[in-house]
Amino acid sequence: MMSTETASAEVKSEGKPTPAKKPTPAKKPEEKPIELPEFEKGLSDKITEKFGDKVEVAFVKEDRVRINVGSENVHDVAEFIRDEMNFDHVESVSGVDFPQDKEIEVVYHIGSYSDSSLSRQVLVLATRTQREENPIPGKDATKLPTLRDIFYSVEFHEREIFEMFGVFFEGHPDNRRLLLPEDWADLPPLRKDFDTRGR
Amino acid sequence: MTEIMPGLALQKVDERIMTLNVGPQHPGSGHMRIVVQIDGDYIVACDPDPGYVHRGEEKMAEYRNYITNIPHLERPVIHDSCNVLYPYVLGVEELLGIEVPERAKYIRVIASELNRCIYIMYWLAIYGIFLGHSTMFMWPAGDREFLIDLMEKMTGARVTHAHFIPGGVRNDLPPNFEDVCLRQVNYFEKRIKEYAAVFYDNPILISRTANTGVLSRQDAIRLGTTGSVLRASGVDYDLRVKEPYDVYDELDIHTNVMKEGDAYARSRIPWLDMMESCNIIRQALQKMPKSGSVRTKLKPNPKTKGAATVYKRVESGRGSLGCYIVSDGKVEPYRLKLSVPSFRNLIALPYLLKGEKLGNMPSVYWSLNYWPVEADR
Repeated sequence: MMSTETASAEVKSEGKPTPAKKPTPAKKPEEKPIELPEFEKGLSDKITEKFGDKVEVAFVKEDRVRINVGSENVHDVAEFIRDEMNFDHVESVSGVDFPQDKEIEVVYHIGSYSDSSLSRQVLVLATRTQREENPIPGKDATKLPTLRDIFYSVEFHEREIFEMFGVFFEGHPDNRRLLLPEDWADLPPLRKDFDTRGR
Repeated sequence: MTEIMPGLALQKVDERIMTLNVGPQHPGSGHMRIVVQIDGDYIVACDPDPGYVHRGEEKMAEYRNYITNIPHLERPVIHDSCNVLYPYVLGVEELLGIEVPERAKYIRVIASELNRCIYIMYWLAIYGIFLGHSTMFMWPAGDREFLIDLMEKMTGARVTHAHFIPGGVRNDLPPNFEDVCLRQVNYFEKRIKEYAAVFYDNPILISRTANTGVLSRQDAIRLGTTGSVLRASGVDYDLRVKEPYDVYDELDIHTNVMKEGDAYARSRIPWLDMMESCNIIRQALQKMPKSGSVRTKLKPNPKTKGAATVYKRVESGRGSLGCYIVSDGKVEPYRLKLSVPSFRNLIALPYLLKGEKLGNMPSVYWSLNYWPVEADR
């Protein structure tokens, strides 16, 4: 765990001189740059080569690569991942609410069945959208472009995110409720301000 | 005028077309509603409506610490409880940096394979009764007891075991478990082989399931299906082989694949999987260290070092089951997402039912290896 944490920090802060004001410089046995897994590094390089600083590589771990991307570029990046990198289906779409950042994150876990060299890999594509204090799901600024036209398999997942977080997916053909009751009139329940205690 | 809630508005359809609600109390749907539109005897459109057993497992997980999350997270599929917990436990181990003793890894493999068989037997029993084959309800429901007895010996509980914990398993195996397990599993395998004559080679079953609900290889991939649905459409993908966790890489595992992609292939793959599970259990019993620790002691209320995320997945009885944990360094997970195979396979249902006869709906629906409670979480 620690090793990968350091490894991801390595990617971000490349070329930066190490600050001298570290509190405990005495014990740090492995100060050498930790080698990133080669194959996974290749995957992330492919994306950074194409999109440059529009994307941010959050970590490169064994079998897992995470790419953070702004909501305006997520559609293009997903299309590139499907067409040029042979990833063909989305396994999981998760929403994460960050009230302190005033943002809601949507995370796509993308895998591949057709390319056997990628069968261990999960590409994590994360994007963020604005969070509203008083949400009116579908009618406020909490919006993202849908990836359903690229990965068909996100259809039900995005419907779930819409009802659970209030993130409206523009261009999604079917934005009805899925798991919640039709007459649910409360906050989207997986937001952090929906407290289950006392309800 | 008040706005009609989405989902409540009735659609205006053609004179010929009838809208039919199947479920959520219908025995042919489980805890789920399927809205089908039929023209005569043929289904022209289908709209699955899950959510009747949504219990907010993911929300509950945000209020409990990494250990107290264990008992409730296995509730989505109590028959397959070890496999549901497995990705969560693997994820927490990676987050906390815990090493698992070798013997515990083998016990986990045995437990999860036994659970897979228990789940598939339950599924098969319901598949039998869906198709009006009551012998196929009684036999699996009865034979399942052998394995449930084994799990009871191992964990102390018949179905909800809560046996996997970060760092290993709760308890060591009882004395003499290996011999009893081997004997029961051998008998169980002999027993399920007899199902071929009464069920899988039965011309009535074949006529009702062969060439119905055909899912092509490209569509299985495009729709992101998983598990037996995917493998019945000719995609060789099993996480136990492709991304082995714990000690699966030391065992010799054969992946069952069929090319037809119809309801018959989808119902046969789980049965073949059970025999493969018996093989795996026998190998694991042989290779397991005979003694040793089975759990790494944890500190009370373990927490992660700072913010981190992890995504782990395992092959459950229904397919790939993923768990995404976001941690912010507290004792509870900041966010926990279960990516469940039933939910992923559900997208294939409207696709497969279109153009199918209404009478084939149960055989196609249940061949998706769908567990409503799991899909709703």
